[in-house]
Amino acid sequence: MNRHVLWMACAATTFAAGIACAETAPTEVQFDETGAVAQSLTGAPGNAEEGAKVASTRPLGNCVACHQVAALTADFQGNIAPALDGAADRWSEAQLRGIVVDAKHTFPESMMPGMYKTGPFIRPGDAYTGKAAPADLPPILTAAQVEDVVAFLMTLKD
Amino acid sequence: MTLRLRTTTFVAAAALCAGLAPALAEPADAELVINDEVTIKTVAPAAEHLKGHLDTVYSGWLFREDETRAMEMDDFDNPNMVFAEQAMEVWSTPEGTENKSCADCHGAIEEGMMGVRAKMPKINAAGDLWSLENYVNDCRTNRMGAEAWKWNSQDMKNMTVAISVQSRGMPVAVEIDGPAQSHWEKGKEMYYTRYGQLELSCANCHEDNYGNFIRADHLSQGQVAGFPVYRLKDANIVSIHQRFVGCIRDTRAETFAAGSQEFIDLELYVASRGYGLDIEGAGVRP
Ligand code: HEC
Ligand code: HEC
Repeated sequence: MNRHVLWMACAATTFAAGIACAETAPTEVQFDETGAVAQSLTGAPGNAEEGAKVASTRPLGNCVACHQVAALTADFQGNIAPALDGAADRWSEAQLRGIVVDAKHTFPESMMPGMYKTGPFIRPGDAYTGKAAPADLPPILTAAQVEDVVAFLMTLKD
Repeated sequence: MTLRLRTTTFVAAAALCAGLAPALAEPADAELVINDEVTIKTVAPAAEHLKGHLDTVYSGWLFREDETRAMEMDDFDNPNMVFAEQAMEVWSTPEGTENKSCADCHGAIEEGMMGVRAKMPKINAAGDLWSLENYVNDCRTNRMGAEAWKWNSQDMKNMTVAISVQSRGMPVAVEIDGPAQSHWEKGKEMYYTRYGQLELSCANCHEDNYGNFIRADHLSQGQVAGFPVYRLKDANIVSIHQRFVGCIRDTRAETFAAGSQEFIDLELYVASRGYGLDIEGAGVRP
């Protein structure tokens, strides 16, 4: 709801003033030296419920491919990566945002894919088609979906 | 079918309950003996060139469920064999402008093709690295005057299965030095390249995480000694390059083509990671 209103306001501003608006583009994200991203990508709070869906769904975050999350009912949760239970006790919101946007700023060489990243990649593809990516390859998650996932992660307290 | 899914759920659930951080779910403690006759090496100390990467190599067979493993232990239950039989017929059927069959030059497949699969891919007379499929098509076009088969055509898959059976129980014997070395190096580089929007290399899944689950999939070391394999999900044979295409596609990457020089090089390198394992001729996968 909030987000929607904000977006409308934004669109209006952009239209009127011709300036770029609150949403941060993937190439514009500011990481601090620890890999954290302080600023919300949308300027609005995320929706934890939506975030839980994104985290469980394959073409989206599919976090459960690698992580176990007791709070999610998704079946076949993987065990490649640490369980996310209690993530909010271990990390701040800014740190979690940084990890979701592009974990390689937090964990160099991490196996975790950057969810809000558009390159550079080696032979990027067009989703799971095996074909070459379009020139304007979108990130795996939208800015709003990243904020939703971060909001969901913030609910994971022991 | 239901049974298989249940077992997987159980394994995943067991891992969850135990609250394990990425503990290595061990490969099965099982012996592969085909038709109560041929013992296949499915575990071996890793080759010298894998030092610092792997200590032990395991066949993908060890990472599958009991029922799937059992299908590979008896040719009556192994769906590959129906296709191999079809290929045996083709083996002795004359074709092309020369009106010759494979048998006219190679004799009985059991003799003519013995050990061939274990050496593939291999440098040809002209100094190029070729996979088994290339050699088959070379015979078809240049010696029989017949049309080449497409890499992943049914005819080609059937024939490569029939040929692989003739190396059953023989150790992987690819050559990686001399003229093959530069191909091997390229394959190795590919193996460690993080492709696609997910930025994942073969090694991320098959070296760092074999034994772990990626969603419902129990990761193996991605060995090819069991190939071609019959995949129950596809109800058909899957070639080595077809599997490579699938894995690279799953990294949200632009894949290479089956039969490309890149994949032939990668095949050589991956095959060499299986030194010590035996050719299975031919595997069964879920
Ligand atoms: C392909 C595997 C993979 C996927 C998919 C993945 N991650 Fe990760 N993630 C990792 C790995 C591996 C680590 C451990 C850090 C490291 O050493 O790289 C990690 C670390 C984390 C951490 C820090 C864990 C801790 O508590 O110490 C968080 C939080 C996290 N991931 C969240 C997510 C979320 C949210 C998603 C989906 C939007 C996701 N991950 C998808 C592999 C993955
Ligand atoms: C995102 C994870 C992932 C990546 C990256 C990946 N694979 Fe796989 N691969 C799988 C899964 C899952 C399977 C099916 C289960 C298994 O055998 O591991 C598989 C199976 C295989 C198999 C069949 C093994 C068997 O015994 O049936 C081979 C061969 C293989 N991969 C090779 C490769 C190669 C070569 C690369 C790199 C070009 C690669 N894989 C990259 C996930 C991956």
